[in-house]
Amino acid sequence: MILDDSLALRRPFRERSFGVVRKLGRVNWLFVLCVCLLAGVGYAALYSAAGGSAEPYAQSQIIRFCGMLVMMLGIAMVDIRLLAKLSWPAYGLGIALLLVVMLAGHTGLGAKRWIDLGPIEIQPSELMKLFLAMALADYFKRATPEQTGNPLYVLPMALAVLIPVGLILKEPNLGTAVITATIGATVMLGAGVRWWWFAIIVAIVAISAPVIYHHLHAYQKARIDIFLNPGADPLGAGYNIIQSKIALGSGGFFGQGYLHGTQNQLNFLPEKQTDFVFTIIAEEFGYLGSLAVLGLLFGIVALALHTALTCGHTYGRLLALGIGTNFFLYCFVNLSMVMGLIPVGGVPIPLISYGGSALTAVMLGFGVLQSIHVHRDVTFASPDDL
Amino acid sequence: MRRAAKDRSAFSRRALLIGAGQGAVFVGIAARLYNLQITQHSKYALLAEQNSISERLVAPERGLITDRFGAILAGNQQHWRALFMQAMAPEPQTVLENFYKLVPLSDDEKARIAQDLKDRPGYIPVLLKDWLDWPDMAAIEVNTPNLPGIVVEAGSSRVYPLGPVAAHAVGYVGRPNQSEAKTDPVLALPGMRVGRTGAEDAQDSALRGTPGFVQTETNVHGEVVREVAHDNGTPGQTVTLALDAGLQQLAVQSLADNAGAVVMLDATTGEILALASTPSFDPSLFDRGVPTAVWNAWMADAKHPLQNKATSGLFAPGSTFKPTVALAAMKDGVLTADTRLTCPGFFKLGDHVFWCDNHTAHGTITVTQALTVSCDVFFYQVALMVGIDKIAAMGAKLGLGVDLGSDLPHVATGLVPTLDWARGRGIHWVQGSTVVQGIGQGYTQLTPLALATMIARIGAGAAVGPHITRRVGGVLQTGAAPGDWPALDIDDRHLAIVRQGLFDVVNNPQGTAYASRLQLPDVQMAGKTGTAQVHDNSAAEKQKNFNDMTMAWEQRPNALFVGFAPYDNPRYAIAVVIEHGNYGAQSAAPIAQAMMTYAIQNDPAGRDAPLTQPLQSPSPALPVNNT
Repeated sequence: MILDDSLALRRPFRERSFGVVRKLGRVNWLFVLCVCLLAGVGYAALYSAAGGSAEPYAQSQIIRFCGMLVMMLGIAMVDIRLLAKLSWPAYGLGIALLLVVMLAGHTGLGAKRWIDLGPIEIQPSELMKLFLAMALADYFKRATPEQTGNPLYVLPMALAVLIPVGLILKEPNLGTAVITATIGATVMLGAGVRWWWFAIIVAIVAISAPVIYHHLHAYQKARIDIFLNPGADPLGAGYNIIQSKIALGSGGFFGQGYLHGTQNQLNFLPEKQTDFVFTIIAEEFGYLGSLAVLGLLFGIVALALHTALTCGHTYGRLLALGIGTNFFLYCFVNLSMVMGLIPVGGVPIPLISYGGSALTAVMLGFGVLQSIHVHRDVTFASPDDL
Repeated sequence: MRRAAKDRSAFSRRALLIGAGQGAVFVGIAARLYNLQITQHSKYALLAEQNSISERLVAPERGLITDRFGAILAGNQQHWRALFMQAMAPEPQTVLENFYKLVPLSDDEKARIAQDLKDRPGYIPVLLKDWLDWPDMAAIEVNTPNLPGIVVEAGSSRVYPLGPVAAHAVGYVGRPNQSEAKTDPVLALPGMRVGRTGAEDAQDSALRGTPGFVQTETNVHGEVVREVAHDNGTPGQTVTLALDAGLQQLAVQSLADNAGAVVMLDATTGEILALASTPSFDPSLFDRGVPTAVWNAWMADAKHPLQNKATSGLFAPGSTFKPTVALAAMKDGVLTADTRLTCPGFFKLGDHVFWCDNHTAHGTITVTQALTVSCDVFFYQVALMVGIDKIAAMGAKLGLGVDLGSDLPHVATGLVPTLDWARGRGIHWVQGSTVVQGIGQGYTQLTPLALATMIARIGAGAAVGPHITRRVGGVLQTGAAPGDWPALDIDDRHLAIVRQGLFDVVNNPQGTAYASRLQLPDVQMAGKTGTAQVHDNSAAEKQKNFNDMTMAWEQRPNALFVGFAPYDNPRYAIAVVIEHGNYGAQSAAPIAQAMMTYAIQNDPAGRDAPLTQPLQSPSPALPVNNT
């Protein structure tokens, strides 16, 4: 093999070994640009949230992001086939972490979700979403249409989804549980599982919603109640929704100007640096700023989908779909929550919100996604492969 | 390979479908954002504006006004009022109906509220009801869920415990007008009041205080979520007036139903111990809003209740002007204690006959006797001898027709005519004009405050200026001590001659005010009566007694009395004017007698605490003669 060939970017490589430089060349740099731009938006928003100061949010968040960016690119260099082999061990680790959280978790904001892991706090439910997608992708990577049409073949995976979802619900974290279930369903749908099975499940959930509601935690019920009628308790839990909508609405087309959003600067928004950080952008940069951020977010979703569509192997296709959907769901839940479209649910907007846990999970996913993208042409050594 | 390709295209189809779904969701989010940020922008911008931590200035508590002994003349009272923020109510009309069911209002009020709601933008609160009582408050509180947008808040209002008694002296407050609010932003604060008359006006800046601030966080419903910081500011200073509430009460009681004024001064300092003007009004009405019917009644009242007759009522001084004429003549040298002039009951100047009072012939008399019996003819002649310019100059020394430098607002200067003045006004001055000047008629116009100053100066011999403020924030003001005033620039011998005449007016059985002499041992009042014609009598009337009780009220002469006491050590000076009260001796002097008696007995002058026991009790040795 001559050097020129080994560096050729377009050359499909099925070889087992290849250089790091060449792999870096195959990274989707447009995707990385979108990620960095969003992190920049996050820096600006957090700077504003602190009243025009890099302390205490923006500075530490951008440092954390830089670390995560390096980690992401590092993971992207790891052969996807190696990652595929780690799918189920990772799944097992995720379940174990969820159990640890249940037994000895750190209680934050009235919910046990966190594990102290030295300098970083990790939220096992965030990791679980990625690990579940990996496990499902691994399971379905050689599934035939006959198999995906067979309920007995699919049922174990339904259980593989429901176990972590149940554990996350128990934490309790309704939002992440629903997201996890949705990711599982999306990957399975991508694998070829009949869509109407999901329709039936959704119907069953809808019918049994009152029963589920009955068994929800008081604060979860309160969130739903408040969502349905935010004016009922304007000073209590509905306060966030109302304040958030005011922040968005008062932004107008051009916004109130950077560092001049009254809702933000006057501290009307609780937790504005985390879950409600989008309102800062919307208030200070107006609809124009909102659209730009929406564009970047959708850019990432679209590029993830592009990776899924251009990947040569089923594992990569399914996992890219799952990772893209995870990111999409983050955005959807957070934005809908901020706009008062769905009940409030402790879901940050990735890359922008302050906090390490969601960032870690998302960047980890992006690393895997880029590994898929870099290794889109590899073949899985197996008698049944392709 | 074919199966793989088939699988792949099946996946692509599903993935693209999912991707399209996700794209659609983003479009939905963008649309929702458009709705919130563009379509509903103005609504939310408004909410954001109201929804703020606002540093709002709060009106400081207005300072108290007390009499010299600490009795409150003007204080503050908290009350509750209901306001309506119509922007906060989804259905304003329903909320209003709910409110009216709880707190019934008159149809007029409802119409006013409807008009206010129409005129004002939604975020400006409209006053529904001031002065809520406890049942109202409770009803509103209990029904809060049915009354979105209705806010109950505290307001402070000015109260005047003495009501009409001290209304003119203490004054009243009103809301600042547009131009005032522009020049001083503090005045734009809700609840700020500006003194309009009396001491409220005179000491407005001291009473106002410094505004405080409240930092509050309010929610979208306009309700205060929490108070971030609170500073009450500095309340206005307490203003202690020289007034003695007891004397003030007595003055108003004595004036009874008459239209008139009483001013009592500390003759040695010019401190105003009593300043009454009747009829009066309830000053607290101005803070709460004067009802139209009451206002119309005031306007229609011939006795002008709103006019402070003591400081801005201009009256011909009549015979109370004679001491001034006498002093002017003595200074000029044309009159001495021994100068005798003859009164045949009339004075002829050319073809014109000037009558003496009651056409009485007083014979040949001295200035002391002329004052005692109030001989007009004597002073007609003296006035002609001395001339009006010298009379006016003497008047100015006594505080007549000049700015008194009083701290009270709206004090009329009055007028003692001079030749220059007459020329300036295009008036052809004839000798007859000077003649009537001798008895305080004609162009001369003076306020009761000026007359009180004049008699205080004659009595105590000091050039005192009348003022009502004794202390501000506890600090004694300049002018409160006798040593603060210079001696009067008038020969003491001349003053002694006039004082003797004034003593005889009250204490000589021939004196016009003998009936009103003090019924106290060892203390005498000196004074001068006045009966000033207000109507240009016809020739027929002149043949009669011009101050006949058969005349219409508004044509009867004004009754006046000026006096000081104790005679041998003057401390109190008084001026009483009763509009259309006929003889000064008949209606004005008895009021002075009552006031002086009270003053001598309780001796408020120079004191900050009342006496526990009267200094002087009525002497049983003297017959009580009060007619």
